[in-house]
Amino acid sequence: MNLYARRKLINTFNMTASVLTTLVGLMFLGWILIVLITKGIGAINWTIFTEMTPPPGSAGGLANALIGSLMITLAAVAIGTPIGIMAGTYLAEYGKQSVFAEVVRTINDILLSAPSIIIGVFVYTLMVAPMGHFSGWAGAVALAIIVIPVVLRTTENMLSLVPTQMREAAAALGAPRWMVIMSVVYKAAIAGMVTGVVLAIARITGETAPLLFTALNNQFWSTDMNGAMANLPVVIFQFAMSPYDDWRELAWAAALLITTLVLGMNILARSLLRGHKA
Amino acid sequence: MSSTQAGALNEVKSVAPINRSKLSFALGDVVFKFTALFFALVVLMLLAGIIVMLVKGSLPAFEAFGPGFITSDEWDPVRELYGAWPSLTGTLVAALIAMLIGLPLSFGIAVFITEMAPQWLKRPVGTAVELLAAVPSIIYGMWGLFFFAPFFAAYIQPGLVAALGPLPIFGTLFQMPVMGGSSGVSVLTAGIVLAIMIVPFMASVIRDVFEIVPGSLKESAYAMGATTWEVVWNVVLPFTKTGVVGGIMLGLGRAIGETMAVTFIIGNASQLGSSLLDPGTTIAAKLANEFNEADGLQMDSLIAMGLILFVITFIVLMLSKLMLMRLAATQEGSKT
Repeated sequence: MNLYARRKLINTFNMTASVLTTLVGLMFLGWILIVLITKGIGAINWTIFTEMTPPPGSAGGLANALIGSLMITLAAVAIGTPIGIMAGTYLAEYGKQSVFAEVVRTINDILLSAPSIIIGVFVYTLMVAPMGHFSGWAGAVALAIIVIPVVLRTTENMLSLVPTQMREAAAALGAPRWMVIMSVVYKAAIAGMVTGVVLAIARITGETAPLLFTALNNQFWSTDMNGAMANLPVVIFQFAMSPYDDWRELAWAAALLITTLVLGMNILARSLLRGHKA
Repeated sequence: MSSTQAGALNEVKSVAPINRSKLSFALGDVVFKFTALFFALVVLMLLAGIIVMLVKGSLPAFEAFGPGFITSDEWDPVRELYGAWPSLTGTLVAALIAMLIGLPLSFGIAVFITEMAPQWLKRPVGTAVELLAAVPSIIYGMWGLFFFAPFFAAYIQPGLVAALGPLPIFGTLFQMPVMGGSSGVSVLTAGIVLAIMIVPFMASVIRDVFEIVPGSLKESAYAMGATTWEVVWNVVLPFTKTGVVGGIMLGLGRAIGETMAVTFIIGNASQLGSSLLDPGTTIAAKLANEFNEADGLQMDSLIAMGLILFVITFIVLMLSKLMLMRLAATQEGSKT
């Protein structure tokens, strides 16, 4: 076989392998989505939104888990977003290339990819153990620690994209720096910053591990953030691992709900960014 | 964009003439800057807090067992003897399997999207891969437990045991589990599900890295008569190798720290089997299963394992960061 034929053969072989890997990857992912949709659709009905999580062997819904997830997520975003935005502002507007800013950036990257279960352990030792009980607030703090690095990074990136001339123009008009940032830079970067928050919410919507040791679960309707609170991810975990069919059904319904929410928010974040660019 | 700019400038024009003393302007600046600085410090304190609390919580365990805690395979709540070895090796083995399977898959997908797919297919495939990276890991866990593991046990496991089991040395990894193994719950299936979970993530990182290769470099190689594979192997990969390694390390970090996908499928055995088809456990799965019921020395030992996990992911992430920074440096060098 001559050199040319050999090169062509190697190329054909490797490129076929590349197409095959893509097909295999997409096949697995399609399998997961099909399972999720077929199992989930069958289990979703109105009682999901009106009934409490049931004891084993009887029908019920997810109402208490839905409200719990909603409250914990809102609290986490309320705590994490201001911290992330202000810290991101510091890096983009003040710290820039300084050593301190580089250190914060590196540490933020570590927080961004730290195993979420470690954050659960941390908040347990910080809040649950001293207070002596699980609580919705502890869950919210754990999720806030996941929100902060996501929001920080997108805020910094988006602020860095704002042209310096805009800041100079505002400063030349006599605006002090904080006003330049608040009414010029933020305004120009708002779509990107909102995208960051939406992505952060999408990220924490499905997080289970940090809630296991913090918010735990609650079989009953509870809006008391000081006590253990039901939430969708932990309900999925406990119900899916149980031997009861009704519980497993509910777990599939919750899984479909969560995945739809997460994917929906990711698509929303994309269209926000694209609308901004156009 | 231009309309927002104009809008923003109008705002400033209307704000600036308001009569305020210089002092309140300066005060506003100081307050704003220090608020921002304070929240940047919060980020530092978070990491410091995590390290301090983990070290403090794990001290009793290290005092009781010494460094032998890491290599001991005891886990006996009755006699109060604990060791991290089975969970630690389980973590590393599952992550290794995930990388062995996930890496070629992600590489193939990235090559397909950047070099082979026709223009109209690039975006949909790329978007699909990115969206699937966002699917919560607990979903992969449920699918693994109820669908993939039984499928694996019924159709793949027998063939695997028959083909690889008789081999010398290597074959011990593929012995049929003593406990029957009909559920398919094992270290190997956990590793495979982990692989499927990190593939979308790694594939999109590698694709992003591939896309920074300047078109002129690739075109030069094509003009010399290089095949697509030769361009990928001899031009794209050498140009991006630090970035690719950085992306792989990010995927590895995820695989090591992943909790929910693994907890469902690995079987949570407290001892380590010699076969990959035996159930096992990982540090994250052990924490998820036992943390809430633990107290005393068992709790301290679990926190100590959390510290070990954190140290491992910390090292992996720092290495990945280093690699990605070096790629950014070469990218800037090539521009000038």
